[in-house]
Amino acid sequence: MSQFSPPACPVPHEGADRILLAHGEGGRLMRRLIRDVFLPALDHPQLRARADGACLPPVEGTPVVSTDSFVVSPLFFPGGSIGSLAVYGTVNDLAVCGAEPLYISVAWIVEEGLPVAVLSRIVEDLARAARTCAVSVVTADTKVVPNGAADQVFLTTTGIGRLRPGIQWDVQRVCVGDRIVVSGPIGDHGIAVLAARGTLGLELDLASDSAPLHELIGATLAHSPGVHFVRDPTRGGVAAVLHEVTEAAQVTLEIEEAAVPVRDPVRSACEILGLDPLYVACEGRLVAFVSPESASSIVRLLQSHPLGLRAASIGQVTGRGLAEVHVRSPLGALRVLDEPAGAPLPRIC
Amino acid sequence: MRYLDEYRDPRLAARLLDELRRTVSRPWTIMEVCGGQTHTLLRSGLEQLVPRGLSMVHGPGCPVCVTPQETIDRALLIAAQPGVIFCSFGDMLRVPGSEGNLLEARARGADVRIVYSPLDAVQIARQHRDRQVVFFAVGFETTAPATALAARQARLWQVTNFSLLVAHVLVPPAMEAILQAPDNQVQAFLAPGHVCTITGFEAYCDLAARYRVPIVVTGFEPVDLLEGILWAVRQLEAGRYRVENQYARSVRRQGNREAQQVVAEVYEVCDRTWRGLGMLAQSGLKLRDAYADLDAERRFALPPSRSKENAECRSGDVLRGRIRPPDCPAFGTRCTPEHPLGAPMVSSEGACAAYWHYARRQAVGSRS
Repeated sequence: MSQFSPPACPVPHEGADRILLAHGEGGRLMRRLIRDVFLPALDHPQLRARADGACLPPVEGTPVVSTDSFVVSPLFFPGGSIGSLAVYGTVNDLAVCGAEPLYISVAWIVEEGLPVAVLSRIVEDLARAARTCAVSVVTADTKVVPNGAADQVFLTTTGIGRLRPGIQWDVQRVCVGDRIVVSGPIGDHGIAVLAARGTLGLELDLASDSAPLHELIGATLAHSPGVHFVRDPTRGGVAAVLHEVTEAAQVTLEIEEAAVPVRDPVRSACEILGLDPLYVACEGRLVAFVSPESASSIVRLLQSHPLGLRAASIGQVTGRGLAEVHVRSPLGALRVLDEPAGAPLPRIC
Repeated sequence: MRYLDEYRDPRLAARLLDELRRTVSRPWTIMEVCGGQTHTLLRSGLEQLVPRGLSMVHGPGCPVCVTPQETIDRALLIAAQPGVIFCSFGDMLRVPGSEGNLLEARARGADVRIVYSPLDAVQIARQHRDRQVVFFAVGFETTAPATALAARQARLWQVTNFSLLVAHVLVPPAMEAILQAPDNQVQAFLAPGHVCTITGFEAYCDLAARYRVPIVVTGFEPVDLLEGILWAVRQLEAGRYRVENQYARSVRRQGNREAQQVVAEVYEVCDRTWRGLGMLAQSGLKLRDAYADLDAERRFALPPSRSKENAECRSGDVLRGRIRPPDCPAFGTRCTPEHPLGAPMVSSEGACAAYWHYARRQAVGSRS
């Protein structure tokens, strides 16, 4: 089990100290849960109005919507929790589309029997993450399912953002010669979550990289000419992003293995477990395809931001037509990087 | 990172490659026995870099690959029994049996769990006294000490709901079977470093002498493999045949005595069927009579096996080094990791998987 146990002192809550099926059934217990757990943390006029939906002011420019579900196990891990992950994950999906995040909705599936204190802590993490990103939680829903029908808490968040003016990032703009840039060391999230499960006896000095990317993007890529496409590597890691791009743009990519930034604890864990860091999930990194002329200035710009200190150019688009990803080994030989298959690390986000 | 970077050093590798080019005067065929070595060769691209004429063929040293279909079928039958928790190393889950694999059994409701240590399975048995917990004891001499320790521990803790489905195999008899084949091409071996860490390399000295074949006990990093190949080629060029220990940072001549003792306490040598190689005398391990109550095959009344290996799968030829995976007509077409005909396509140490993951383009391209 996780070493990140819930707080010893439960948040005062009238009635049960564990979630009951009745908490999801619209009656008195549900109203108390909203009053005592959700509203104090997620205070917003739209939520307080308790309508079935939120009426939002008009969005200037192009609105962008994204939705994502979160089933991470354990709920709390070094560097975050399912609460913060659910906000940053959706914020990042908006951010890599080139949007500024504005609003978010949250749907909760809660397993009967979950301690209310654990739910409170997740709500607080989620609220804190939303404040960090300056996004408002404007509508929410909670369902409780019988014991065993879900594992503790599953979250779905939907975000609404506004496309930053002038941005036209599109996978179809990826072209031969483009450089492939990552914003920092890869695989931290996947390995940190795996270690937090405590089942492998791994003791690592490592936290998840879970972080919102919209500020990093706003301060760097949003103003840089030459950015063609941006994506955040989550499940399936950087390899999954590279394969999406080869497939969609029908291009061949070549990655310089020695140039890929990987922290030592991630390398060690991957060596022990037989994993390739290129397949391990990140939750606070981006992969950008940029023109060759702009690549070095973009890497320098990313490195000037706290979230991009170890940004690096890791490869380039080498050809058109053959949708493959190749990796140049440190010895100079070329191999194929296969598409992620199956789930080496299930329930990582 | 210490103990890794120095064995992946590109400059050192380049020096060894130069030395190798200067040493090779004619074509040689060398087999790396272990699947882990095969994967390093393919992943680092060494196969493309060694001098032309030096042919690396891939050996039977992937325990998942050589586990016969009937054993997989037995695993599937046991896993499907009500109340059973079936524990296995993750590698076995995608290996096809006659009807599906363990992952599909799990999707149908069987309680199949991946563990990283056999002792974890004993712990699971302690936590679930009302369930039967079975561990799939697959592997060479490297894994046998860990499963033997699990058996000893289960006895010590009186965990009576724990048993082992044993499919352990031994490396030297497989090497001997390859050497005895009339069409054998292998002229030298890179012996598996981790197996020798446990067993030492006395048994290999006997093989080297009887079959006049150079054997180099070799590690698993690119520099290890290059050095192992270089030493083997030097012997071949000089007409020598003895055992050399390249993996001296891990392997001692006598091996690990404690590990050998626990294996000898729990297991005895027996005849065993290998996928692709057939029945090999004295090539496996089975539980001794004193531990027979931990034998899952006795505990569960299983019907007689009617397993048949897929006739199209040429894994037997791959495992003997007769063909390389891309030479199989089904490779990459009717046999892929999603729809494997045989275990070498899905095991993390399988030669077919190594070609599929790292060298598919060259492999498929070379055939067309």
